[in-house]
Amino acid sequence: MLTIKNINTYYGKVHALKNISIHLKRGEIVTLIGANGAGKTTMLNSISAVTPPAAGQILFDDQDLAGLTPDRIVKLGICQVPEGRQVFKPLSVEDNLELGAYLRYRGREGRGAIRKDLDDMYALFPRLHERRKQAAGTLSGGEQQMLAMGRALMARPRLLLLDEPSMGLAPLVVQEIFRVIEQLRQERGTTVLLVEQNAKAALRMADRGYVLETGKVVLEGIASELLENKEVQRAYLGKDKKEIWEK
Amino acid sequence: MQIWEPTYECMPREELQQLQLERLQATINRVFKNVTCYRNKFNGLGIVPEDIQSLDDLKKLPFTTKEDLRLNYPYGMFAVPLREVVRIHSSSGTTGKPTVVGYTKHDIKVWSNLVARFMTAAGVTHDDVVQIAFGYGLFTGAFGLHYGAETIGASVIPMSSGNTEKQIMIMQDYKTTALVCTPSYAITIADRMEKMGIDPKTLSLRVGLFGAEPWSEAMRREIESRLFISATDNFGLSEIIGPGIAGDCEFKCGMHIFEDAFIPEIIDPETGEVLPPGSVGELVLTTLTKEAFPMIRYRTRDITSLDYSPCACGRTMVRMKKTMGRSDDMLIIKGVNVFPSQIEEVLFAIEGCEPHYQIIVDRKGTLDALEIQIEVTENIFFDEMKRQRAFLEMIEKRIDSVLGVGATVKLVEPNSIPRHEGKAQRVIDRRRI
Repeated sequence: MLTIKNINTYYGKVHALKNISIHLKRGEIVTLIGANGAGKTTMLNSISAVTPPAAGQILFDDQDLAGLTPDRIVKLGICQVPEGRQVFKPLSVEDNLELGAYLRYRGREGRGAIRKDLDDMYALFPRLHERRKQAAGTLSGGEQQMLAMGRALMARPRLLLLDEPSMGLAPLVVQEIFRVIEQLRQERGTTVLLVEQNAKAALRMADRGYVLETGKVVLEGIASELLENKEVQRAYLGKDKKEIWEK
Repeated sequence: MQIWEPTYECMPREELQQLQLERLQATINRVFKNVTCYRNKFNGLGIVPEDIQSLDDLKKLPFTTKEDLRLNYPYGMFAVPLREVVRIHSSSGTTGKPTVVGYTKHDIKVWSNLVARFMTAAGVTHDDVVQIAFGYGLFTGAFGLHYGAETIGASVIPMSSGNTEKQIMIMQDYKTTALVCTPSYAITIADRMEKMGIDPKTLSLRVGLFGAEPWSEAMRREIESRLFISATDNFGLSEIIGPGIAGDCEFKCGMHIFEDAFIPEIIDPETGEVLPPGSVGELVLTTLTKEAFPMIRYRTRDITSLDYSPCACGRTMVRMKKTMGRSDDMLIIKGVNVFPSQIEEVLFAIEGCEPHYQIIVDRKGTLDALEIQIEVTENIFFDEMKRQRAFLEMIEKRIDSVLGVGATVKLVEPNSIPRHEGKAQRVIDRRRI
C-alpha cells in the first residue's frame, strides 16, 4: 500500500533521513522505533509532506506523492496524528472532530455521513461523547490523545500515521489507546504506521518494525523477533553501541 | 505439495525487490558501522552506505573472498559482540586457518526456517521420521537439517555419519522416512543393503535430502531407482549460513534460492563483471537477514547459472542449476574442501621430498578416493621395503591430519607424470559428476 524508496529529508543543513526505504501492506501495523533524534517523526512528516523529502520516492497505492501538499495527501487517505496531540484547545471536542472531516464537507457524501462518523467516534471513545461540549484544552492528556486520533479518523484515512500516542500517558491510558489501534485494524482494516518511544509496547502490537539509528534503517523484521533483539534494546535505550562492544 | 512460508516463497517479484532493497540497505548500514573489514574496503573505494539506492547498486560494492575471512580470523567479520553469538561453526581449514562463522539466537531461528522451507519443498512433513547421517560437529550440515526438521515438527534421529550397518538397522527398525546425507553416502547405503540382502522396498524410506557435495542428474536417477525414494538436492555453504540457501522443489528443475534472505549474482570469475540472467558463471551471494555474520557479495567459487522463469510449484524465487564445478582449484572430497596447494605444502614440508606429484580423485565404488602419486627421487627412495613403507605412511598421516580426509600415497617412476608445457597437471578428477 505504501512503498518508500531512498527518501532523504533535510532540516536546513541537517541530513535527518538518509536513504530510507520501507513498505507497508494493507492492514498492517508497522512501527518505527529508535532513540531520540533517530528520524522517526521526520519519517512521518516526510510522508505527510509537512517536511517533504528532498530526494526519493513515496508511492501510496501506486500514486507518487512527490510535490503534493499535505491537504492533498490527507485527501488521498493518509492522516497523521501529531506528536503532543495538537488539538485545538479553545474549541469543543465535537468541533475538533468535525474539523477532522474538513475536507469532506464539500464532498459528495454530505453531512449525514459525517454525522454518522461522529457517532462512530463516540462509540470508539465513549469518553469523548461525555465531554463533547467541553473545550478540548480542559481534557486530560489521555483524552486529548483520543481526540487527536478521533479527529484524524474523521478524515476516513486508509493509512494512519501515529506519532508517539503513548507519550506522557499513564500505563492504563496507554493500554486503552493501543486497544483502539488494534480495534481499528480489525474493524476497519486501517493500516497504521506507528512511531513510538515505548518500543516494547509498540512491538507487542505491531506486525513488523524498522529500527532507525541516526537517520538510517539498521534493522527490519517481524515485530516479535525485533523485541528479542539486543540491537533493538540498544537503539531503544539510545545507548551508543561502542559502550558495550567487546573485542 | 506444501509451501512452508508462502508469504515469502511466493512473493510477487516487485514486492520481493522492495523487501530486498530495505534489507540490503539495513545490512550495509550495519556492516559499515560494525565490521572494520567492510568499512575499510568501502572507504578504500570511496563508497558510503547511502550510495546503495537500488538493487542494481549492489555491484558497486567490493567482493568478499575466503581470503578476507582468513585475514580476519577468527572473529573479525562478526557484526555483533561475541556475547550475542550463541553458536560458532567453522568450515574445514583450507591452506592455513579455517573460517569461523557465528550465529545469534535470531540467526539460528532464521536458519531453521530456511531449512524448513527446502525440506518442505522436498516433501518432508511433521509426520516424517528424519534420519540425519551428516557428521555433527563444526560442520553446519547436520545441525542445519536437524533444526529444519524439528521446526517442521518431524521426528529427528540425530544418527551422525558413519557406521553404515547401524544406519540401515535404524532405518529398518525406527521406520525412517527421510534420509539426510551426502549423495555418495546414499549410494554406499544402497550398496550395503544389496550386500546384506535387504530389499529397499521393505523400508519406509520415501525421500532423501542430499547435499554437501556436487552430484549429477545421473546420480540422482541411480539413487532414486535403487532406494525407491525421491532424491532432492539442496545447496549451502557455511560462510553464508550453511544449508538453507537453496533447495529443490517437487519439480526438481533447479534449486530455489531464498531471495528474501540472499541476493544471488552470477559473475565472470576472471573479470568480476556481473553477467546477465541465464549466463553460466560464479555464484556471488549477499546475506539480507543475518545478524552475527553478514556477508556482502561473497564469492562462493561455485559455478552455476540462474533461471528466473516461473516454476510450476508456485514459488517465485529464482532457481540455480546444480553446481557445475569450481572457479578455483578446490576439490570437494567426501564433503571436505581440499585445495591442491595444501597437499603441496605437506609434501614440501617433508624433508627431501621435492614434489612432482599428481592428485587423482576417483569414486571407488561409491565413495570418493584420493590418491597422490609422487615421482620417485633419490632422496625418497629406500632399498629397505620397511623404511619405504614407513615413509609413505608418514606422508599419509600428515595429509590426513591437514586435510581431514584420508589419501593413499604412491610412488611412481621418475618423469612418469605427464607435463604440459613444462607444468605438470596437478589434479585429475575421474569422478562422474
